[in-house]
Amino acid sequence: MKDMPGTDAPRGALRLMSGNHAVAEGARLARPEVTPVYPITPQTPILEKLTELQSAGEFVTEMLTPESEHSVMATAMTASLSGARVFTATSSQGLMLMHELLHYAAGARATIVMFNVNRTPASPWGFWPDQLDSLSQRDTGWVQLYSESPQDSLDLVIQAFRLAERVRLPVMISHDAFYVSHAVEPVDVPAQDLVDGFLPPFEAEFRLDPDIGRSIGAPVDQATWNQSRRDMAEAMGRVIAEFTRFGAQWGRLTGRVHAPLQLYRTEDAEIVFVTLGSLAGTARVAVDMLRRAGMRAGLVKLCLFRPLPAEALRSALDGVPVALVLDRNYSVGTGGVLHQELKSALHGTANATRVHGLLTGVGGVDVPVEQLVDLAQEFRERVPENGPIWIDGHGR
Amino acid sequence: MNANAFKAKDYKSDVTPIWCPGCGDYHVLMSITKAMADLNRDPKDMAVISGIGCSSRIPAYTNCYGFHGVHGRSLALASGLKVSRPDLTVLVMSGDGDGYSIGGNHFLHACRRNIDMTYIVMDNRVYGMTKGQPSPTTEPDWDSALSPGGTGLSPFQPLVIALASGANFVAREFSGDIKNTTKTIVEAVNHPGFSFVEILSPCVTFRPDERAWKGAVHRASVDETDDPARAARRILTDDGLNTGILYRGKRAPYQAHVKDEAGDAGILDARFKV
Ligand SMILES: Cc1ncc(C[n+]2csc(CCOP(=O)(O)OP(=O)(O)O)c2C)c(N)n1
Ligand code: SF4
Ligand SMILES: [Mg+2]
Repeated sequence: MKDMPGTDAPRGALRLMSGNHAVAEGARLARPEVTPVYPITPQTPILEKLTELQSAGEFVTEMLTPESEHSVMATAMTASLSGARVFTATSSQGLMLMHELLHYAAGARATIVMFNVNRTPASPWGFWPDQLDSLSQRDTGWVQLYSESPQDSLDLVIQAFRLAERVRLPVMISHDAFYVSHAVEPVDVPAQDLVDGFLPPFEAEFRLDPDIGRSIGAPVDQATWNQSRRDMAEAMGRVIAEFTRFGAQWGRLTGRVHAPLQLYRTEDAEIVFVTLGSLAGTARVAVDMLRRAGMRAGLVKLCLFRPLPAEALRSALDGVPVALVLDRNYSVGTGGVLHQELKSALHGTANATRVHGLLTGVGGVDVPVEQLVDLAQEFRERVPENGPIWIDGHGR
Repeated sequence: MNANAFKAKDYKSDVTPIWCPGCGDYHVLMSITKAMADLNRDPKDMAVISGIGCSSRIPAYTNCYGFHGVHGRSLALASGLKVSRPDLTVLVMSGDGDGYSIGGNHFLHACRRNIDMTYIVMDNRVYGMTKGQPSPTTEPDWDSALSPGGTGLSPFQPLVIALASGANFVAREFSGDIKNTTKTIVEAVNHPGFSFVEILSPCVTFRPDERAWKGAVHRASVDETDDPARAARRILTDDGLNTGILYRGKRAPYQAHVKDEAGDAGILDARFKV
């Protein structure tokens, strides 16, 4: 998120709340008609808040608690395809249990918005922030956004509905367990009028209507299946422009712009951190410290991960000698997911950036600011390795 | 009965349970370890398999082989183990959320398949671990912050479903009644096939009202039966709080062939003879 001090956008009520409660407030403002949810740590405060808002009459929705996440996604899909705006939230095991239906929902072009709290997948069991749960869903056809703070989370839920309904793809937003989900920060809660002006009621293209007379899910021949993926590719191809446009519009309304790629002090940078999620906050502080110590550091934060804003990444890194990719996830046998994605975005271009893939914070180990400062100094002159580099957890 | 080599404490691990003080699950742990001692099985001949939930933490608190699996899948996990190692005594431990909600489907098929194992569900009529959401067995009018005004949903009937799906042994106990719970678990383990024991185990944190179970449970006034029709009639008058063995059937348990085939070519030969 980038503040625009020049605008005199109206501010809503500034309230202290956790990342998860900010998600619930965002969902309330987006007015979904159907909200199926199955509880899982550390998502539960979202469900708790939604229930509280609903019973206070502030959140008017059909809330269901099906018997598993798989059923949640099935419920979400038919509700969405029959014309309702649908919201849900999950985490880790729950998200992974939905996997079959994530593909299905995207293929069926259901415009569901789902919030995921990034948590380590089992086994072994853990409750720690790690983004492998959502990053490993990258091929399912869902648009993926990553939030750095409670404020981002609230804003992105609302924008996700606008985007999903515009391009007709489901959208998943993620924030890190505990560092964002449970951290309490001041959050600007926009007025309902403002949100209603930004997000018009959902006009479903597909709905149950005898005049339309369509059925969804029939087996198709090879060419039709092939065409379905081309159609989805076309929709994905519009995401960056639409998200940028909506982000700018949201910026005019609230003073906060969420662009696909967010740059911090990169103009003259000799080294940049590239990351997503809460690590961006840590890296931003490290950038300031490095600058004070005389190193021209910068930060490239991805808010949009799928589709990957590849062109924006190439131009952000153009002329930057060194990039340190910080991955709080590990795809076993290859490396950090963002590292792989960035390398493929740069492959075959004239870009000469030396890209280092650093596995920082895998399994939720702490990544202090000082460690990032040390890493920038250590890797500035190093020849990059093709594979990932494990960075020891703090204190190890 | 206990002139045995093993005492209940031999089945306990040195991991300290992190259940809330007063949680019914402490009593269930006592009952299963006492039952193991009464059965006089070596801890290494026993396996305790679970899903996820406060109740499902139990394998770590025992000294047996343990598997703390994924949410809802304890029965599927246990089935794989039992067909591969039929020599082990397998206890499957679950909760009302784990076993009846996300894992409800497995319950039906485990009853049908009738593999020789004992399925113990610690029913507190709530999702304890995720902090108090209503579960399938929650009363429809239970009014709480997470079920304002009650769910209005008809509760899941575990004993009825077990019986209708073909479980070979069906019982209900109350966690606080350690003596009877222990006895019933011994009976359940000794009975061949799939045995189901529902244990009412209060969640004192999110269902403090369940402390009243202590005074409300009562032994069933009718004797157990091996006739499914009689058992079904008895269930029709069930108030949910009567305890004891309801049904002990005569179905032959599922036979696993893995070890036979691996060990004896003659068996394979015989099976493929035309
Ligand atoms: C796929 C998946 N979804 C959700 C969860 C979160 N979860 C853990 S335990 C639990 C409910 C447990 O309820 P129950 O089985 O009744 O156990 P209790 O804690 O009451 O003993 C839930 C929803 C999970 N671990 N995995
Ligand atoms: S929350 Fe309830 S079920 Fe879980 S340990 Fe505490 S009392 Fe037991
Ligand atoms: Mg329970």
